[in-house]
Order: sequence, then structure tokens, then C-alpha cells
Amino acid sequence: MNFNRFLKTIFLTEFFLAIIKAIREIFRPKKTINYPFEKGQISPRYRGEHALRRYPNGEERCIACKLCEAVCPAQAITIESEERKDGSRKTTRYDIDMLKCIYCGLCQESCPVDAIVQGPNFEFATETREELYYNKEKLLDNGDRWESVIAKNLKTDKIYK
Amino acid sequence: MDYLTTLINEVYKVLFLIIPILVSVAMIVWLDRRVWGLVQKRRGPNVVGPFGLFQTLADALKYIFKEIIIPASANKTIFILAPIITMTLALVAWAVIPLSESLVLSNINVGILYLFAVSSLGVYGIIMGGWASNSKYPFLGAIRSAAQMVSYEVSIGIIIINVLLCVGSLNLNDIVLAQKNLWYVVPLFPMFVIFFISALAETNRPPFDLPEAEAELVAGYQTEYSGMMYAMFWLGEYANILLMCAMGSILFLGGWLPPLDIYPLNTIPAPVWMILKILFLFFLFAIIKAIVPRYRYDQLMRLGWKVFLPFSLIYVILTASFLLYFDKLPKGSF
Repeated sequence: MNFNRFLKTIFLTEFFLAIIKAIREIFRPKKTINYPFEKGQISPRYRGEHALRRYPNGEERCIACKLCEAVCPAQAITIESEERKDGSRKTTRYDIDMLKCIYCGLCQESCPVDAIVQGPNFEFATETREELYYNKEKLLDNGDRWESVIAKNLKTDKIYK
Repeated sequence: MDYLTTLINEVYKVLFLIIPILVSVAMIVWLDRRVWGLVQKRRGPNVVGPFGLFQTLADALKYIFKEIIIPASANKTIFILAPIITMTLALVAWAVIPLSESLVLSNINVGILYLFAVSSLGVYGIIMGGWASNSKYPFLGAIRSAAQMVSYEVSIGIIIINVLLCVGSLNLNDIVLAQKNLWYVVPLFPMFVIFFISALAETNRPPFDLPEAEAELVAGYQTEYSGMMYAMFWLGEYANILLMCAMGSILFLGGWLPPLDIYPLNTIPAPVWMILKILFLFFLFAIIKAIVPRYRYDQLMRLGWKVFLPFSLIYVILTASFLLYFDKLPKGSF
């Protein structure tokens, strides 16, 4: 150990400098956001909670083609359909098991009518498993709630598709 | 009847000490986490209550409602006893800490000896917890912790001898009053630094948090503990840290004395000075947690036995010869 280093060790020079630096760091601006009260930017492509969309006249977009059910790698989607009186094919049941879902976004990509989408919401933690078995009402409700944001995001992202 | 009155009176006095200490331990945990976060440019706990002050109470509530799991292979009695011992010892030691000349639960003549003895007993809680868990990580953590606490207690003991040489009394109030003209941090500054570092090691704080080195030992001796038992270890640990800060301020920073005995300073009540000094030392504890990396085990042992112990021994000789040569040895008590 050379003499200089010995002096530094004895007088704890670097230690005191570190304390001064630490105290100075306390008053610097924070690198983290104040999470529950302010939220970070997320990409328009963000794959969050699922939603089923409607047309502006209130009709469901989904045509029960079951492409999403077929493409889903986790087999989280279950669809049952029937023919309505007007001759259109609509779903009677559209369930997503959010616990199986791996949030890959393939359902959204496969959908020919932009019915099933993954919205920007990532705060849907629940206290029981049962609450995460989403059914059609829940998904449509999500769609109604997030429609403005989802529509904006789809429009922003369209040029890259 | 007379006995009952005395008992109620004593219990009342004890509660008057214990409850403020538990509350201040809760506040000090918040302060620790907040300072740690701020130094790392995070925010720290700031949601529950004003500035997040009630975070620890919320945590404690969570721990109370959690399930206590006792491992099948554990020694049940000792396993349950260990956190109780840790916490009791950490709180019992506060009985002799003077917050002012009169504000002390029991002003005994061997105060510093009692303090030292009780803080040495703290290692039992840890080694019992680690051994009774009957599992690898807690056992290794407990062994490390025991070795570490024993090593650093030696140098703390010798540092205390330094102070006692200057005071000539084991009474904590006498130690404080002896610093009326000059705090011992000035003549005994190297001892203060060593005391502070040993206190870090004694309370298992970084950079000496080897017993709970999470990368190697999961959580050390606390690994098998859950719920309120874990919380008791945790409260005991922080009560111990606070105790070490109080000990440091009594031995070196003049306890409840104001920095200068002049007009605006000596009107402020004594407990305020004591609390300010404890907070100052704790702030250093918290800052150091944020800035230092962890020691390796052999480095820890080398520092304790090969650096601190000889250095403090030499300083005892220096202090003693200085006092003897200038005829300044405290006379009254011999």
C-alpha cells in the first residue's frame, strides 16, 4: 500500500466525499415518476387489457370468424356464435382467460374488423382469479370505456402497419 | 394495596417510555427508507399519510394480518422465542438512556455497563432464530452475525473505556455532565469514528450487513420468519440502531447538553437536543446505507480484529498517559 492510499484510508477521505455527494444528490431532481398520481408515457402499440370495440352506431364489430381463437398461442379465447334474425353472424359468447393470455397481440393482428384490441390499460389487477376470466360484457364494457384512446392509438399506429 | 399502587405506577412509567420508542422506531424506519430513496434519486415511501409518514404503520398492520409459518423441522419453542428476545432486549436497554437530567426511567450507577451488557445479549436473539430454523441460510446467517457482533463488541468495549477514563463514572448522566465544557468527540475523534463504524457492524447495517446478504443468504437468520415474528425482528433491529445512535450521542456528542451554553441555545429543552443528536447520527446511518458496497467476510474480520482493536487499545494507553501526565484523572470517584 503506497503512502497516499494509506493517508486516504486513515482519514476516510473518500468516505466523507461520498457522504457529501450523497447529500447533494438528495436535492437533485428525481429520476422516477410519482406513479399512482402521474403516469409514464406508453406507446400507441402498447398491448394491455383487451377490449371489444363497437361501430359508431353501437353495433358490435366482432363477426365471430374465430381467427383470434385459432391464432391464440395460449388458447385463452373461447368463442361461440349463432346467426341472428337479420342473417348476420354474431358471437353469443366471447371469453378471454386473462390468466392464460400471454399478451402477444396476435388476436388484435388477426382480427379483420379491428374488433378485439389490446388497449392502453395495464392496471387491472384483481384480488381473485375469477375476476380475470373476462366475458363478452366485460370486454365490450372495456371497449366502450377506452374507445377514444384506442381509436386514437390505432390511427397513430396505422401508417406503420 | 401499596404494592399494587407501586406496580401500576411503574407500569405507567414503562409504558410512557415504550410507546414513544415504538412510535419513533416506526418514524425512523420511514426516515431510513426515505433517505435511502432520495440519495438514489427515487422518491421513497410518500403515499400513506403526510409525506408517507404512516408507511411503517401500514406495513406493521400488513404483518399483523399475515400468516405465521413455523417450519416443520424447526425447534418450535426457540423459533418463537428468538424474535421476542431480540425485541425485548432492544427495548429494555432504553431504560437507562437519559433524555435529560431527570427524564430517565432508572438512573443506575452502572448505566453504561448495563447498556453494553444488554446490547451484547442481542446476539442471542439472532443466533437462536438462525439455529432454531433448522435450515441452511438462516444457520449461516446466524453464524456470521454472531461472529461479527462478538468481534465488534470488543472494540466498542475498549472505546467505552476511553470515555470512562475521562469521566471516572459509569453513570450515563455523569458522562453527559462531564462533557459540559468540551464534547468528547473533539479529543476522542478517532474513537468516535471507530465507535460509529463498530455501531454499524453491531447493528448489521451496510456495509456490514453480511448476516442478511441477500445475494448469498436470501435474508440470513430471518429467512424462515414471516408475519408478526419477522416484524418483531425488524422492529428490534431498528430499536437497536436507535439505541446505538443514543449511545453515540451520550458518549461523544454531549447527550442532552446544548452545543454551547449560551442564551438562545440553553433555553431549548434538553430532550430536544438529545433527539436532534440521535437523529443526526441516524441520518448518517441512513446515508451510509445508500453509498457503501458490502464488505467481504474476511475483510470484515480483518477490520475488526487487526485494525480497530489494536488502534483503540493504543488510544486507551494514549488517553491514560495524557490524563496521568497532566494530572487530569477524574478524582472524586476513586
